[in-house]
Amino acid sequence: MNLAQAPSLTDFGHDPWWLVLGKIVFAFVVALLGTLLGVWFERRVVGFMQVRPGPNQLGPFGLLQTLADGLKMAFKEDILPKAADKVIYFFAPAISVICAVTALSVIPFGPMVSIFGHQTPLQVTDVPVAVLVVLALSSMAVYGIVLAGWASGSTYPLLGGLRSTAQLISYEVALGLSIVAVFMLSGTMSTSEIVAAQSNGPQLTLFGSEFQLPGWYALLLFPSFVIFFISIVGETNRPPFDLPEAESELVAGFMTEYSSLKFALIMLSEYVAMVTMSAFTVTLFLGGWHAPWPLNLWSGANSGWWPLLWFFGKVVLLVFVFVWLRGTLPRLRYDQLMRLGWKVLIPISLVWVVVLAWLRTVDDWETKSRLYAIGIPAGILLLAAMFWPSRKPQPQPTLAEQVENRPPGSFPLPPLDLQVPPSPRTRRMVAEREPANVPAGQDSEEV
Amino acid sequence: MTTSTVLAAAGAVSGGEAVTFWILAPLALAGAIGMVAARNAIHSALWLVLTMLSLGVFYVLQAGPFIGMVQIIVYTGAIMMLFLFVLMLVGRDASDSLIEVLRGQRIAAIGLGIGFAALLGSGIHRATQGAPPAGLEQANAGGNVQGIARLLFTDYLFAFELTAALLITATIGGMILAHVERRKEDKRDQVATMKARFAPGNYPGPKPGPGVFATSSSVATPARLPDGRLSDLSTPDILPLRELTAEESSLKGTEK
Repeated sequence: MNLAQAPSLTDFGHDPWWLVLGKIVFAFVVALLGTLLGVWFERRVVGFMQVRPGPNQLGPFGLLQTLADGLKMAFKEDILPKAADKVIYFFAPAISVICAVTALSVIPFGPMVSIFGHQTPLQVTDVPVAVLVVLALSSMAVYGIVLAGWASGSTYPLLGGLRSTAQLISYEVALGLSIVAVFMLSGTMSTSEIVAAQSNGPQLTLFGSEFQLPGWYALLLFPSFVIFFISIVGETNRPPFDLPEAESELVAGFMTEYSSLKFALIMLSEYVAMVTMSAFTVTLFLGGWHAPWPLNLWSGANSGWWPLLWFFGKVVLLVFVFVWLRGTLPRLRYDQLMRLGWKVLIPISLVWVVVLAWLRTVDDWETKSRLYAIGIPAGILLLAAMFWPSRKPQPQPTLAEQVENRPPGSFPLPPLDLQVPPSPRTRRMVAEREPANVPAGQDSEEV
Repeated sequence: MTTSTVLAAAGAVSGGEAVTFWILAPLALAGAIGMVAARNAIHSALWLVLTMLSLGVFYVLQAGPFIGMVQIIVYTGAIMMLFLFVLMLVGRDASDSLIEVLRGQRIAAIGLGIGFAALLGSGIHRATQGAPPAGLEQANAGGNVQGIARLLFTDYLFAFELTAALLITATIGGMILAHVERRKEDKRDQVATMKARFAPGNYPGPKPGPGVFATSSSVATPARLPDGRLSDLSTPDILPLRELTAEESSLKGTEK
């Protein structure tokens, strides 16, 4: 593993202007291509899951279908509702797109590479608070949705906008809390340094031999990873959390009144946000551009341009998970969504951060007191879990008892042994078919 | 340490800093004026968002990237969003009324505002002119975020915790004030709701249609309950409850 390839914060800010421009164009192209291929990928994968082909006519494997849809959308009539607030109606989709695309500028796509003789990191820029930049942009992206809903001047979009406000603010809290664990372990908020911190896992001495634990935070901070991923699904309005645009309840939610290119912009922002958030997850939890396990045994895997391949491979994998969730899970009800956010995700994150802080404090102690410090609380927890009084299941009363215990004046019940008499036509048909063998009396026992 | 930190520490205003300032300063001012001048409450809030965003970038420009980002996330992302939430619930056509209650208050407010701004601006300008910025290098020595964290958890720990306690108290107070207290018995879960539905005296289902289990399909014929009693729920109140006579219910000879 070549660690000299990992850029640090001092490597940024020395590029000539054409290189900066090139990187910006690259990030933008990634966003646009991510949308074009993302829509195609989603439709094909969902089609596969629902045992149907999906788009397969235009271009090889239907790859050009999204392009054709985009062109078609550009030629549609652009409808401006009479009750709309014109300026805000116009700007709202642009806000969403700008926020989603800009977040890609702090995502590290790869290590230091040489471009026309310049040693430069494969990342537009990095700042000491890069993760906060992404958070800030995702919190600004809410404005796009909310304003789109409000400015349409119609009821369904307004309801969608209100829902998305509450949803995104709640899930942003859980999102921020789950990233705290990453900050605690890596000691930095810069994306490139977080990736660098995941190159090597902690050493573990077990039975006298040294083990190198994997450095990915998805494994070291598994609870944070799960909470983070659930939160970004809520943050990007993807199913099963797509309540702002729930078509069975709100027609299309905040984008009901949008058409033509403005609608295309909203779709663009949704898919770019999905790609951006996947890239963000890869950066924070899945080792960024580092090669996954069997590949990193090859010493050249983490240098040069190869990491670009690993990075986008991981991103595609996460986008697949997004699509998989859409194909599998039904939409949550609004109160279930809020309960999950506030009563499950946030408390678990808080407790997990406290536990992690405790483990980090204990880490510096000597072995014996460390064992005490971890073992005693763990033992207490285990004992509490074992001897926690469980509620005895009440014996279920039988049907007859329930009927017997009904208070006087209850709604009248038909007799419980009511039997539907056999149809006379059945008896006649049976008798005609086999006249000799079937005595008429036995039919009445049939039900 | 980024280049902007180094440049700000040197005390000189770099080219990029000056350009950013002269682009964003008019925008921030326009946002402030627009917020006061806008008729629509939502437009007002959005102008304020513009000012807050510009302020966030100014903080970053002044070598305080953390506080800049916190400004954007907390103020524009959360607090202004809650404002918008409330304003949207008020309704989109709720604009200010144009009737001035206090005569001449606009002119007076504008005059006082300009006077206050001039006083404040000249005071700060005179106090800081020629004084070299000091201590920025030391404050950001171990990184901006780490510097803030060190101060928060050493010198200002008590103040920080007091503020946190105050905010928590305010939040819980707000929740208690807004919370509608319901006794535990009043909160019915699904089982309790169903039990109440089938309790004696309450009719559980949709009202029976007239003529069910009856001798006729007339609307005036009451439905029969499963135990054979007649139900007056099934007939309109203006109709008398009655059974058909034998003559009425017999065949009229019109089937053929």
